[in-house]
Amino acid sequence: MLAMVQNTENKEDLSTLKARKFSLWLGMIGMFMMFAALSSGFIVYTEGAAGRGIKTILPTAFLYSTLLLMVSSLTMHLAYRASRQLRFSLQKVWLLLTIALGVGFFFMQFHAWGILISRGVVFINNNASQSFIYIFTGMHLLHIFAGLLVLIRALVGVLRHIPQSRNIFRMETAAIFWHFLDILWIYIYVFLLLNQ
Amino acid sequence: MSQITLSHSEEHHEAHGHHHETFLSKYVFSQDHKMIAKQFLITGIIMGVFAMFLSVLFRLQLGWPDKDFPILETFLGKWAEGGRIKPEFFLSLVTIHGTIMVFFVLTAGLSGTFSNLLIPYQLGARDMASPFMNMLSYWFFLTACVIMIGSFFVESGPAAAGWTIYPPLSAVPTAISGSGLGMTLWLTSMTLFIASQVLGGINYISTVLNMRTKGMDFWKMPLTIWAFFLTAITGLLSFPVLVSAVVLLIFDRSFGTSFYLSDLVVQGQILPNEGGSPILFEHLFWFLGHPEVYIVLMPALGLTSEVISTNSRKPIFGYHAMVYSLIGITVLSFIVWGHHMFVTGMNPFLGGVFMITTLIIAVPSAVKSFNYLATLWRGNIRFTPAMMFAIGMVSFFISGGLTGIYLGNSSLDINLHDTYFVVAHFHLVMGSASIFGMLCGVYHWYPKMFGRLMDERLGYLHFWVTFIGAYLVFFPMHFMGIDGVPRRYYAFTEFPFMAKWLTVNTFITWAAIFAALGQVAFLVNFFGSIRWGKKAPQNPWGSNTLEWTTPVKHIHGNWPGEIPTVHRWPYDYSKPGHEEDFIPQTVPFSATMSSNLPHDFEGNPEAERLQKEWEVQNKPEEQKDLKG
Ligand code: HEM
Ligand SMILES: [Cu+2]
Repeated sequence: MLAMVQNTENKEDLSTLKARKFSLWLGMIGMFMMFAALSSGFIVYTEGAAGRGIKTILPTAFLYSTLLLMVSSLTMHLAYRASRQLRFSLQKVWLLLTIALGVGFFFMQFHAWGILISRGVVFINNNASQSFIYIFTGMHLLHIFAGLLVLIRALVGVLRHIPQSRNIFRMETAAIFWHFLDILWIYIYVFLLLNQ
Repeated sequence: MSQITLSHSEEHHEAHGHHHETFLSKYVFSQDHKMIAKQFLITGIIMGVFAMFLSVLFRLQLGWPDKDFPILETFLGKWAEGGRIKPEFFLSLVTIHGTIMVFFVLTAGLSGTFSNLLIPYQLGARDMASPFMNMLSYWFFLTACVIMIGSFFVESGPAAAGWTIYPPLSAVPTAISGSGLGMTLWLTSMTLFIASQVLGGINYISTVLNMRTKGMDFWKMPLTIWAFFLTAITGLLSFPVLVSAVVLLIFDRSFGTSFYLSDLVVQGQILPNEGGSPILFEHLFWFLGHPEVYIVLMPALGLTSEVISTNSRKPIFGYHAMVYSLIGITVLSFIVWGHHMFVTGMNPFLGGVFMITTLIIAVPSAVKSFNYLATLWRGNIRFTPAMMFAIGMVSFFISGGLTGIYLGNSSLDINLHDTYFVVAHFHLVMGSASIFGMLCGVYHWYPKMFGRLMDERLGYLHFWVTFIGAYLVFFPMHFMGIDGVPRRYYAFTEFPFMAKWLTVNTFITWAAIFAALGQVAFLVNFFGSIRWGKKAPQNPWGSNTLEWTTPVKHIHGNWPGEIPTVHRWPYDYSKPGHEEDFIPQTVPFSATMSSNLPHDFEGNPEAERLQKEWEVQNKPEEQKDLKG
């Protein structure tokens, strides 16, 4: 009850938090535009002349990394739910698991690159369609790196017992961003699958 | 539970806790939107002066291609051996001039200054949605500026592939000296710049959507806010595309990929890159590049709308049409980029599609022009310096926009592409129009920024010299372009058919020097008035918008007490029945019974009833007229 009274008092602060969350959505639109540009660049390039194209079957490692990321989205959601229910130790466990899965995704992508390279599908390539695979996955991996930082920040928050309203805010933004990275990866994966 | 209450009091403290300010937190790492606006403006002015100086240098070369200027050697050193600018350096000058003017002055300097200043002020917000991101945005921008100027101090010179940095010239470091370290610095600087713009833009959009004061619905927002808002959306959707283009370019330059490169022989050496397509870069670049020209223009349109309405003492003509044409321009600007590529071997059918979309964009542009003229028509015009610049902006927008219609025809463009006709077109419609919009904003909101007024006589001098100078510089270029004189050439002495244009070039250079000197009047006025200007009253122009209800002396949070509530649109100037010729947005209709009109109430039956009762009591003769 007391909290509710203060809520109305702090309307201005609340609208600031709302605006910040909104900023995250806008940022994601910007990131999406970057990948949309790469996709259309890929199409324009690949259609430009015969003899271009991915010309290889994507390694199954990409399928595994997709599964890893999807599971991590689930654990992220559970962590967020735990934080809302004030079950902080559960929140920490799920968060840690999410981070671990994210790191696993990281290494799985490197592994997939290794497989591609062993097949001769290298980055420095006169068929730039194949270079594009690395650009897509590499740029996405950079975003995953940023996402891991956000997750760690949320984890540090709950370890340090920051106030609940801020804890929830951090968890909420982390969850939105992490789900976005998941969806972005699925988009990239499907896009590449359709063009392999 | 106790944890929850604690959190709120803490947050409260955080939000209003900037009480003890140090010099660093107030002037340098400021998070206050007013200070950040001033930082953007002053940085933008410095960059503008620098880029203008570069243009005078290359105009010297074009004006007197056979003459030596020994003084140039003293401060340019090996770039002007024997007092004559080298061809490579000429290209660097043109490139950096274009880059700084388009991006650093007219994008960051213009949006950065006025979006930061006016979005919180005119919407009734205490600050931006995220003041911290706002500060980051400025520091990224400043770093980008330093790197861009720093590229003049490297051995191989600044980037020289034009502001559009087309590969392969920009992608092959051995092609020209400017494509070495200078290009790397250019790319670094622009990456920081894009980060700055995206951070800023996200903040502007978020603030407009979430932090409007009570009563400020979308259709009560001043046109300035609409323009900044749509500009930020345009930037958010287009700048990331440039990031993608630049990433691929960086890999081509430094790692040996072949996104853009193919079949190249540079200085007798066959390059290994095969299969790339430079046209791909052009597509990606112009997908940003065309929206970018509107990112430059729209804030200028917003500022002048406000200034013209205020100083005509008339409501803006066709407020809704102005908003819809801005929206139309925003949408259309994403589907016309192909008009920069008509002669790249584009499929003629595709060229036709881009031609049609390009010509359609002339419609909202024309709507805006007519609305400006209709607002001025029979207005009670006050020719303040800001108003002069606003009218000048309309003039350039019209005269430069007309030539766009010629260029937009794909068949005419075969002749006109890459000639001085294009240079004339975009310097009038983008360069001059936006700079005039920006200067109009500076003169008009100077009292809000610095609490003092600028000198009017210097303002008029500045206006006339710049206005006449700009036309003298750019108008003759149309004729050169029609005759086929190409842009970005170092000298026109080798081709007999261009010989007749040499004297015109000399004339243009004199005009450019004249216009450049005119800016001294501005600089003296701007920097001098910070100290010595007349003290400004709270609302010097009799304006309706919210920023003029804040105290002259800047305070943290903008309004000392509660944030004002908005009751009406911002353009109630010279409303019949009201004793004053303006009614600020904060005045409720109940205080202006004598001037209310039926459509003011938006169908609110209670308000309509009250108004009717009042009219029966106070204006019985009119009621009789109606009955009789
Ligand atoms: C009536 C609307 C307009 C039309 C139909 C139009 C059309 C064109 C066309 C077809 C070109 C390409 C010319 C060529 O390279 O061969 C062009 C170039 C250009 N336009 Fe416009 N334009 C219009 C308005 C504007 C506006 C409002 C701006 C900026 C505020 C602008 C800025 C530019 C710039 C910067 C270039 C040259 C870019 C470069 O090559 O360096 N234009 N315009
Ligand atoms: Cu264009």
